[in-house]
Amino acid sequence: MSKIFLILFTLVFTENYVLVQFLGICPFLGVSQKFSSCIGMSGAVIFVMTLASAVTWGIYQALMIPFGLQFMRTIIFILVIAALVQLVEITLKKFMPPLYKALGVYLPLITTNCAVLAVTILNIDNSYNFLESCVSGFSAGLGFSLALILFCGVRKSLELAHPPKCFEGLPISLIAAAFTSMTFMGFTGMAENMFGG
Amino acid sequence: MAAILNAVWILAAIGAVCAVLLILASKFMYVPVDEEFPKIRECLPGANCGACGYAGCDGYASALASGDETAINKCVAGGDAVAKALAEATGAEFADVIEQVAIVRCSGDCNTVKNKEEYQGLKSCAAAKLLYGGPSMCVYGCIGLGDCEKICPEHAIRVVDGLAHVNFRACIGCGMCVRTCPNHVITLMPDVERVIVGCSNHDKGANTRKACSKGCIGCHKCEKECPAGAITVVDNLSRIDYDKCIDCGHCQEVCPVGCVHFRDFRGAHTHPEGTR
Repeated sequence: MSKIFLILFTLVFTENYVLVQFLGICPFLGVSQKFSSCIGMSGAVIFVMTLASAVTWGIYQALMIPFGLQFMRTIIFILVIAALVQLVEITLKKFMPPLYKALGVYLPLITTNCAVLAVTILNIDNSYNFLESCVSGFSAGLGFSLALILFCGVRKSLELAHPPKCFEGLPISLIAAAFTSMTFMGFTGMAENMFGG
Repeated sequence: MAAILNAVWILAAIGAVCAVLLILASKFMYVPVDEEFPKIRECLPGANCGACGYAGCDGYASALASGDETAINKCVAGGDAVAKALAEATGAEFADVIEQVAIVRCSGDCNTVKNKEEYQGLKSCAAAKLLYGGPSMCVYGCIGLGDCEKICPEHAIRVVDGLAHVNFRACIGCGMCVRTCPNHVITLMPDVERVIVGCSNHDKGANTRKACSKGCIGCHKCEKECPAGAITVVDNLSRIDYDKCIDCGHCQEVCPVGCVHFRDFRGAHTHPEGTR
């Protein structure tokens, strides 16, 4: 049980995918301008990461280990995740139109997002079991949402600030992202102390 | 060799399974898309101004396509040209669009209205309004920091001497400025009218006078002089009943402060020199 919490805490705070491991920076900068789109993107990422973790774990154990295809995991995972996201999108469109409207635009954006791919590969590298993989996917998504929503607030105040002309727009956002990332360095070492990991 | 073959056939198998799943999914969970929608959406200008009452052009187009909405003359920003195109696309009967223009109901520029404080903050009306209701002594009037100027898609609004002015020939009547103005000084009006009351101040005459030399003091002069009896003073502010107004312009002549304006307000769609 404590391992589950360790994974959760680690991936949300100490090894946050966006702010510490620098994965998924594209949507992090792309959709952090509006709070509503942040929420939509966060929901989509949590959903896809959890689902992708579960499915790729199954495929890895059932197909790739018996045939000795571990070296092919990047390609196979990209293929599986892309097909999965597409399938989910079609299903949502048919059966849950409100959810499709909320997540729909963001789902294709994260089809082969590096953060989603990373979570599936790191699950394998850390030799997690099925439950741990799912939790890892979920908490990586949660960490992504936390970073996205925090940074959305930072960007809101950036709109009102007056940086030097040459820093306006993306440059100052990147600097602000660096500061946000530095604050997360404060969590380093906390997880080990809390859970004795 | 076996490893390569294994890799090839397993990848192919996974790909094939995914493909079959997706094909089946798209067959069984096909959601019919209204064929009308793209045709109708193409007619609309895409300003997403919301003047039609829907959330953007997509909203209006889907309402028209699904048949929930039958009126094809709701796109004020597009005017008659869009209504004609919509009538053709939907097969509905053409109906005239009542073109509107944005009217600034304030005549007080920095020469006529007094300030109660000096504002040095962010250059935005919404921000200035938060600070004791704005810098001007008249809390009803134009703050003049140009929120409307920034949002106007046609660049029809200019702030001159601290008062927003609408260039009616460029105004498409979308109403984005109306929704932006924190003091609700700007309103939409059918552009066939010729007279407006250029003031929003509801204070008593003496107080209005202290704040602005061009504010409506509610003196009832226009009400008495109007040959059609179209003007009434409500809450210390003249109001024109456009059903009765005969466009004579007499009220402008008698107004002691000069806040009634008589002129051509035709906008971008109907004025002969309009931009559309």
